[in-house]
Amino acid sequence: MTRRKSERLMNLVIALLVSQQYLTKDRIRQVVEGYHDQSDEAFERMFERDKEELREIGVHIEVGSFEKAFEDEPGYRIRRDTFELPEISLEADEAAVVGLAARVWQHARLAGQTSSALVKLKAAGVPVEPDALPALEPQLAADEPSFEPLWDAVISRTPVTFEYARTGQPTQLRHLEPWGILSWHGRWYVVGHDRDRGATRMFRLSRIVGDVAPDGRPGEYDVPEGLDLRAEAEWLAPTSPDASATLRIRQGSGWGLRRRSTATDPVDAGWDRVEVPYGGRWQMAEEIASYADDVVVERPDDLRGAVVAILRGVAEDVA
Amino acid sequence: MSQSARDQVPRMLALVPYLRGRDGIPVDQVAKDFGVSPQQIVKDLNVLWFCGLPGAVTGDMIDVDMEALESEGVVYLDNAEYLPRPLRLTTSETLSLIVALRSLRDIAAAAELPSIESALAKLESAAGDGAAPAVEVHIERADPAVHEATQKALATGHRMHLSYLVPSRDERTERDVDPLRLLTAEGRPYLEAWCHLAGDVRLFRLDRIVEATVLDVAADPHPHAPRRDLSEGLFRAVEGTVAAVLDLSSPARWVAEYYAVDAAEERPNGDLRVRLKVGDTGWLRRLVLRQGGAARVVEPVELADEVRACARRALTAYGG
Repeated sequence: MTRRKSERLMNLVIALLVSQQYLTKDRIRQVVEGYHDQSDEAFERMFERDKEELREIGVHIEVGSFEKAFEDEPGYRIRRDTFELPEISLEADEAAVVGLAARVWQHARLAGQTSSALVKLKAAGVPVEPDALPALEPQLAADEPSFEPLWDAVISRTPVTFEYARTGQPTQLRHLEPWGILSWHGRWYVVGHDRDRGATRMFRLSRIVGDVAPDGRPGEYDVPEGLDLRAEAEWLAPTSPDASATLRIRQGSGWGLRRRSTATDPVDAGWDRVEVPYGGRWQMAEEIASYADDVVVERPDDLRGAVVAILRGVAEDVA
Repeated sequence: MSQSARDQVPRMLALVPYLRGRDGIPVDQVAKDFGVSPQQIVKDLNVLWFCGLPGAVTGDMIDVDMEALESEGVVYLDNAEYLPRPLRLTTSETLSLIVALRSLRDIAAAAELPSIESALAKLESAAGDGAAPAVEVHIERADPAVHEATQKALATGHRMHLSYLVPSRDERTERDVDPLRLLTAEGRPYLEAWCHLAGDVRLFRLDRIVEATVLDVAADPHPHAPRRDLSEGLFRAVEGTVAAVLDLSSPARWVAEYYAVDAAEERPNGDLRVRLKVGDTGWLRRLVLRQGGAARVVEPVELADEVRACARRALTAYGG
């Protein structure tokens, strides 16, 4: 079954590729082995399915009118310039690093996509080498069930809808034109135009509950020119330092803070006075509180106050 | 399409141009390059043998030397000049390749960067249809000095000395390690190395290496050292030994998403009660201290008391 189908699809591709003009359905039925012994109806069904399946593997079949006199009857062909891989001339060193890409994806379908891309490059004569730099192993995982549908939606520019859960709130049905997806600290996010809010929004894939469903046609919207996903993700980054704290840190502790210090002076037995720049006050206060009595804030006062509030919250908890 | 035809047709469309100029290539080599079994390649060739120009009579079929294939296991394919190039990459293929290379770029050594950058530029321009910016991967940059030293030690096979922070115990440790590989997980670079202090393989987060020195000593080979399988994620890879129960109120619920918890249960008061295994109670104490009361230890009871005592002790320094 597979064998006959593969054979028919190959012959269909070759026929449409070598033809100088559009081929009518009748002609295709005549020349492609596997079509002629079918009933009219069965042939129609088979041909439609075959076209769709070729489209899925990246073979674009062009529909046109094959002769003026037959305007009503569509003809089909595959244009060589849209079918063939364009010339990609990779130097030996470039080809070597491209080969490494094969090991990166920890996601079955994308690992498969990377491999089939590399097979095509090998078939085009690019000397892809999988064994260069064996000690370098970046790994990309994508365990979120919503990853695959969103990857496809981004590529085909298809609007989607999904239930989204925010901490401590009931899930909400959201409608999104997805522009791109990004991975930040191993978590995937989707960025796009939120049709409910009328604004750009970012959603964490792990908070999408249930299915991601199409909510329109492919290519229905445009992605803004010059979209910079890294810039969109800026707010995920820690705030850059705009203040400096003076801390007393017990000697032999507070290592995470000491790493970022700009000055350290011993003050009295067992203690250092350390200057540490910081951005977000509450984030810094939480970090300081985690060191308990090994770190004490001297100034500024608002940071002192924040640390005291956090520690009181912990101390006064009576379960 | 049945899964096999979906795989077979694109593979055959690559196989034909691949075999041009490779007359007499062993079928085993072809299988290796295509990542399938030699039997599969033989099946593919058996299908191709029946393909050819439209309205084909025998002379128009793709010609496969079946005798050479069967007797010597080598491949000769002819009469398919109309398929000189493989099929164009699909957007998804291009994108998966580009994203993989970008991750590689983010941990590569300075010496390898130019090759990666130029390969990426060529692939991105071949993609052409604006798909390239649609996926980004952010990998945190480590201290360049630490990164370079690690790369150098790996490339030359030297032992390293690390000053390494262990935040869960708030310790700065000194250790010699034999580097095995540099990898990324959850968006951060890690060094996997044989640690002479632990006498075992350990993962070191690059941003926690305070200082890295390449020693003038060759690293021992560790061919049988177990490599950590990270496919299940980093936190899952760490075997916890202490069973703990936490109550999380709204501001601390993220803990349940961020760390692998064994069970979660909604409480009548709106809290989420989670059970988790931790390797180290120091880590948990620090996690709870920073939540300001939004996370409370239920079990172990001694830890709950210890955390409260810690906070009270810390407050005395503020006159409270």
